[in-house]
This record gives sequence, C-alpha cells and structure tokens, in this order.
Amino acid sequence: MSNAATIAAAATAATTAATIASTQTAMDASTGRSKPPSGSRTVRFRIKRSDGHNKNVRWEEFDVPVTSGSEGSGSANVISCLQHIAANPVTRDGRRTTPIAYDAGCLEEVCGSCTMVINGKVRQACSCLIDDYAPNNGDVITLEPMTKFPTIRDLWVDRARLFATLKRTSAWVPIDGTYALGAGPKEKPDEQQIRYKLSECMSCGCCLEACPQYTLEEDAKDWDKAFVGAAVISQARYFNMQPTGATLKKERLDALSAPGGVSDCGNAQNCVQVCPKEIPLTESIAAMGRQVTVHRIKQFFVGR
Amino acid sequence: MAHPSNQQRVIVVGGGLAGLAGTVRVAEAGLAVDLFSLVPVKRSHSVCAQGGINACNEVARQQGYSEFEHFDETLYGGDFLQHQPPVYEMTHWAPKIIDLLDRMGVPFNRTSEGQRALRLFGGSLYKRTHFSGATTGQQLMYALDEQVRRYEAEGKVTKYEFWEFLRPIIDESDGRCIGIVAQDLRTMQVRAFRADAVVIATGGPGLVFGKSTNSVMCTGAAASRCYQHGVKYGNPEFIQVHPTAIPGADKLRLMSESARGEGGRVWVPAVKKDGQWAPHPTPGIDPRKLPTDQRWYILEEKYPAYGNIVPRDIATREIFAVCRDGFGVGGGNMVYLDLTHKPKDELERKLGGILEIYRKFVGEDPTELPMKIFPGVHYSMGGLWTTYTPGADYEQYKRGDASFDLRRAWDPAKRPACGLDQNADNNMMTNIDGLYAFGEVNYQFHGGTRLGANALLSCIFDGLFCGQSVVHFVTRRADDAAAQREQRIYDAGVAGEEEKIAALTSRSGDENPYVIAKDMGDLMTRESTVVKDEAGLQRALDGLAALNDRYERMSLADTSGWSNQNLTWARAVGDMLILADPILRGGLLRKESRGSHYRPDYPDRNDKDFLKTTIATFDPATKQAKISYEDVEIGLVRPRVRDYSKAKSKGTPSGSQSTKKNEPVGAGAGGAS
Repeated sequence: MSNAATIAAAATAATTAATIASTQTAMDASTGRSKPPSGSRTVRFRIKRSDGHNKNVRWEEFDVPVTSGSEGSGSANVISCLQHIAANPVTRDGRRTTPIAYDAGCLEEVCGSCTMVINGKVRQACSCLIDDYAPNNGDVITLEPMTKFPTIRDLWVDRARLFATLKRTSAWVPIDGTYALGAGPKEKPDEQQIRYKLSECMSCGCCLEACPQYTLEEDAKDWDKAFVGAAVISQARYFNMQPTGATLKKERLDALSAPGGVSDCGNAQNCVQVCPKEIPLTESIAAMGRQVTVHRIKQFFVGR
Repeated sequence: MAHPSNQQRVIVVGGGLAGLAGTVRVAEAGLAVDLFSLVPVKRSHSVCAQGGINACNEVARQQGYSEFEHFDETLYGGDFLQHQPPVYEMTHWAPKIIDLLDRMGVPFNRTSEGQRALRLFGGSLYKRTHFSGATTGQQLMYALDEQVRRYEAEGKVTKYEFWEFLRPIIDESDGRCIGIVAQDLRTMQVRAFRADAVVIATGGPGLVFGKSTNSVMCTGAAASRCYQHGVKYGNPEFIQVHPTAIPGADKLRLMSESARGEGGRVWVPAVKKDGQWAPHPTPGIDPRKLPTDQRWYILEEKYPAYGNIVPRDIATREIFAVCRDGFGVGGGNMVYLDLTHKPKDELERKLGGILEIYRKFVGEDPTELPMKIFPGVHYSMGGLWTTYTPGADYEQYKRGDASFDLRRAWDPAKRPACGLDQNADNNMMTNIDGLYAFGEVNYQFHGGTRLGANALLSCIFDGLFCGQSVVHFVTRRADDAAAQREQRIYDAGVAGEEEKIAALTSRSGDENPYVIAKDMGDLMTRESTVVKDEAGLQRALDGLAALNDRYERMSLADTSGWSNQNLTWARAVGDMLILADPILRGGLLRKESRGSHYRPDYPDRNDKDFLKTTIATFDPATKQAKISYEDVEIGLVRPRVRDYSKAKSKGTPSGSQSTKKNEPVGAGAGGAS
C-alpha cells in the first residue's frame, strides 16, 4: 500500500471511530478500532517546521519507534512521539536537529493547547493515537501548524486573537463582585445540560481552522472587523442563556451584528464536524442568527 | 480601608483557579494586577480537575452535616497534620464560595427542581460535593477566567501569557519581595517586573515523578525557584497518589473519584479458597462473564463503612497491594473500576467527561465494560510554607477557656473567630515579606492526604480570602511602594538569570535533559510514592546525586534565541532535581506512617515525634535541603486514630479537659501492608 493510500485508510478509520463514539448507544468495545498487531514498529513523521511565521519553512522527517498499546500501557500518541523526538533530535537521514516546538498542556483533551493539522485534518494531538492513525510499520503521519494563526515556531501558533474576540463579545457574566450575596438563579436540568455542553468549549480553535470564512489576520488592529468564528458565536449564546449573563445581551448582539459578526458565516458547517467536544456549533450559529435578526428589527422600530 | 495608590501593582504568577481567584479579588479592590502564566490562562492545569467541590449544603445539613463536620472530615482524612485554623476558615467559607460560583454562571448539575445536585466523595458519608458533569475544574476555571477577562477588558488586569517566572526579586536591605524576573517564551527576552506584592499560584510538581496525572507545565519549577531564593518548603514528602488513573505513553489520565462517588466499584477477579481470596486462574477472562463469587470487591470488604469512597491513600495502597499479590487484571498492574451496573443516561449526565476520556484513550466503553485502572501521582499536599493570623477566639478555645462549642451549628454572623483573621495581611504569606503562595503550591489545608474535591475549594478560598491579605498588605505599605526601590536590584536579578541561560546554552557534554528527566521520574516513582522505606529512599538520594552529576554534563540540542523550548525544559529539569531532594529527604527522616506517607519499616502514626510540619530549607552550598520541624496548630480538634473501617466519630474539642493534647495514638495510618 502506498503512503498516501495508508494515510487515507487511517483517516477513514479514525473518522469511523469518531462517529461511533458520538453515538452512545451503538458504541461497542471492540468495533471502534482495529488494533494493530502487538510488538514494535516504526512510524515516520513528516513535520513542517519554521523559525516563525513564514520564516525558514522546511520539512523534516523522523522515524519513531512505537509499541502498540497493550494491557497496561496505552497507545502512543502524537505527543509521546514528539517527546521521543525531543529526546532524540535526529532526522531519519541521520542529521542532528533541534526538538520540535509545539504547544501542549493537559494531554487529555480538556485544555485546548495541542491543536495541530494532522494528516491534513485539524485536531488535538494528544488524543491522536498512533495505533489508530498509523497501525502499520512504516506508516506516515504529517504534522503541520494551524494556518489561521501566526506561527511562533514549528507547530506552535499564537491564538491570542481567539481570546481577544471573547472580549469583543463580552463573554462573561457581569456579577456584582465577589462578596457573599447569596445563591445564583435556579436552573432546569435540561437547560443546564445545554449550557454545560456549550461551556465545554476549550478555545482550541479547530472550528476556526476548518472554517472557510475565518482567515489569518496577523495584525491585531484588524481583529475587531474580521469574522469572530463559530467558537465565539457559541459562547455568546452560552452567556445570553444565563439570566445575569443576559444583561449584556444587547452588547453581544451589537458585536455580532457588526462586520465580522454572525452574518459572515458561509454555512459550510465544517466547524461542527471538527469540534473535538462535539459542541452543536451550527445550532449555536443558527440561534444567534435569529437573535441578531430580532435585535436588528427591534433597533429599526424602537431605535435602540 | 486606605485607598490603594495608583502606582501600586500586584503580580500573580499562575493562572489556574488560585491565581485567577486571587486576581479577581485584588483587581476588584482597585489594585492593578499583572498576571503571568506559562500558557494562556484558560489552559491552566485546573481544567483537569473532574469530580467536584465540597461544601456544606442545606440537604446535608438537615441530615446532621455542618461546616464543622466538613472541617473535622478534612482533618481526619489528612491524619491531623494540618494547621487547623485555616481549614476551619475554609470549610466555613465553602458554601459562600459555591454560591458565588453559581452567580458567575457555572453550569452545576441540577436536580429536577433546579437545585444544585450533590454527590458522594471520598472520606465522607454525606453528599456534599457540587459538580458540573465530570469536568468541574474546567467549568469553575472558565468562570473565573471570564471574570478576569472582564477586568482585563476594563484595563485593570494585564496578562503576560507564554511568560515564565524565573525568580522572585528580594531586596536584601529589608528582605521584602519587590517583584519578579520573567522570560517571554517566544522572544526569550528576560525582564524584571516591579510589584508591591507577589502571589505564587503555580500548582504542583507532578512531573518530578515523570508520568503523573498533571499537565506538562506542572514541573514544580516555580516553587523550586522560590525555595532556592529562601522560601521554606513544608511537608515535601506528602505526595498524593490517586488510586484510579489510566496509563498512557505520555501521561497517566485521571479517572475521577466521582466514578466511585456515583457508585463505581473496585474489584479484581479472584476465587475463594478455604475462606481466603486467591488469584483467579484466568485473570484475563471477560469480566462480564465472571459470577459475583469470583469478584473480590477489595475496598467494600475491608472498609465496610466507607467502601469504595475511602480516602485516596488507602484505596491506592489496597490496589497496589492486590496487584503485588498477583490479583491484577490479566496478571498485570490493573484492577477494575466498574460502572456497568449503573443506568447509562445517568452516567452520561454525571460522568460524561471521564467516560469520553476513557473511550478516546483506551477505546472501550465504560458503560459496557469495567474500566482498567492503576494508581498515579496526582497532587502535592506539601508546598511552599505559609503563615496566617488565627482569629481572635482561637487562643482562648485552644486553652479550653471558651464558653462556646464549635461543634454546634452557628449563625454565620455569630460564628466564633477560630479560623483566620480577615483583617490580617499575612494569610498565606511565605516567610518572605510580600511573597504569597496560593493553591496547591502551598502546604496548607490537606495535611497527610487531601480529600477528593477539597482542592478546588482550597485554591479558590486562597484566592478570594487570602487575596484580601494581599490587598491589606499593599495598601498598608502605600508609603513604601516598589516603584521607589533601586533599579540596580532588578538589573541584578535579570543579570543572574541571563548568566544561568548562558551557562545552560554553552555547556557541552553527552547528556540530554529529556533523558535525565525520564530517569528522575522513574527513580522517584519507584522509591518515593506508595510504599517507601529507608533503603529505597537512600538509594533514591544516591540516584539523585548521580542525576545531578549528569545534569552538569548536559548539552542542549537547541541553543537558539527564539522560542527555545529545549532551553526552558532543561532549566526546569534543574529546578526539579533540586525539589526532588526535600521530597526524598523529608520522607527518609519522617519515621512514621501518616496519610499518603507510608513506611512499612515504621507502620504506625507517631504523634509524639511527628505530629509536626517538615520544614525544608535550601542550603546553597550543598544544594540540598536542611530539614527541621515545626509544631502543628491543633487547638480546635484533638487528633485521634484514623480508621475508615467504621464511620468517623465526632471530633472532640482540643481544649476539653478530659484528655491531654498530643497524646500519642497508634496504628493510625491504616491500609494494606
């Protein structure tokens, strides 16, 4: 099997696994994955490196020995392979090089740090298991930095814009300070379940990388006009649902009515497919689209 | 309160729960905050906390629970090694902290009536743990992150993300901390920052043990750097090993205690022979096919009162022991954590976050098959030494002269002041004037073992309550602002760190920092976690000396001056090696068993000699710790034997006349031997 075909097969297998995992009832222990044969094998990593955004961009290849996950030791993942390369920074043609710079944190897909483009698809590197992505000896895994954010170095990008956009949409509950003022509002359990799902957004940026409307903006002064993206629209929905949070609804809808707001969404629906937390992003975009429409009509008639 | 001077600033290092809560409190009081973090604060390690946050609540209260019970449980769980006034204050603030988080919009799970739902957790027979799915830490941290973002938008907080704290700046003329040196991890620029007070909130040192449940930035390097600059380190040997983690190639992933709180059962395949359990002849058999009489529920059998929700150190030792004795699943180092008897929809609603982690990383569905788990290093009870001012009524109560009884339920407004003095400026201040430590990085609250779901509470309590101390300190020193301190002190700090970087990048040798760190982790995990003894700890100290020699022969593969993670890791490894020393030395010298510190060569708790805080002080000449001991403030509840095979008795006031304090109690550590 050629490398390209292997990658395609691995990607298909991974997609299938994700689909099964999302269907709680159908999930069976043995059907989601085809376990590779036990023992050691070598996986080739092709890594796009640079010394900064568009600076000295180059590819390097590394052969990394991995052992299949067996009883008592989990599968290798992309992070453990990058750790191996850091300890042995030698390319596959024997040239000494430097460890790969990358961003990582919790390694259990709750912090959002290690987003990368892996075999052409954006995802978290920690949950990218080698047994799934490269089950055979000699399989190739390609790692690239996200393209919608400036590269700091190698696979490490600067997602400051994402956090700045949360400021632009007043993504907080405006409480009256931290003194003891009693409990918050009661909440129906089904509403809590909706808010909880939205609150799992870890600002990883997968939805932004996959979005055709979200483009690289290197200059911070352009951030206020550029498309906010699915994650932030969904967060606006989250805060508008909470009674105290809703006191800033007007500010949020003003921001989402402005250039770069919800109407910039081109309805490609890539966001919801790549979200590692399976947040219903397209529902959020639709909900905020409706809120913005009502907000504009009110503004037109009431003038506020 | 004096109005803070506009020039005065506070530095907070670390953007997890403790750092964010402290930032909010200090910014709210009108002081400018500079917030430093290795990572964008929203990605801090607190996101990994899963199970929940403890607080007395109305349901539990009407069943006989109280803030005092929460206080007593925490002491009992911690094997009485804690200073009691801070724990008393924290547990009484807990319900108010939950209310505040609720107001901030945290999506706590709800009952059908819309009340906050509650679950059981380790070390308690009452439901007093509030939760948000199985990602409570993430949800609480996001709520605080949002509040900080609000202050940032108002210009009151300045974030320095992707910046690394390198050292506190201490003015030797009066010993006060007046700022920090930090490095931008992108440009590698080293800079000094002035501050009227500095809060260290940098979490635990899990990576000293190699693979742990901690995030990759939890090296303990920041704490180590403070320790190397004269901050005392308390109880370094008290490291919590969590009973239920799943092993991985890069880390150990936590499977929350809430799995057991919601009814999860720990068992191993076994058969009964002559009334005794023996390893199962086919231990790898499909667990679903095993009849009940071939399942040994190890915790339920030995600890009938608490069962699967015994504190973590006990569950860990039991799991460790059955695996050692050959009962492990498939003959390996694993036991079952079984949720398959619970309804699926309930599991998804209450534990969805961890089920998802297990499915993604193991590839099996815990609602169908029991999870396979093993203990992993998780939390440090020890940390930077901090002080506090007890409340006005504490001394009287300690003497036994008080006319009130803390065990009765108190109107919050009339509660005796036996906790902390809210008006003090030294709560959670280290021995360096103006340098504070909040959250896991300090040694308070948890003693010998931390009870599950008390960490989120202690982190937020530190930030909110002790954040006020920072405000008091800075406003009371308004005439002595850091802005007036001599520039040369700051320049010297920067020069010191630049020299260190130059030394690291110019070294030649054949050693590699990643390999040294791995070997350190293996050594520390082998000799200084679940079971420790004299010979092993001594071996580890010898091994550490060898690693330090290798560190001197280390060279960097990357010596560039741009976003050099090779350099920052190598520097942190040096700081981890230095912190490993007091962890081992404290363990070697503590010749008793207490909480998570288990020494089969000294299997009993020894209050006479060791109801004391271990204090490690860095000796720059040897780079080793000097160990001394300090009495623990136990003026509120008299220490008693910790025994989880039966329900906890009510705490007795220390001051009551019947028995004298510090009376030695035996065989308290419990657990398997």
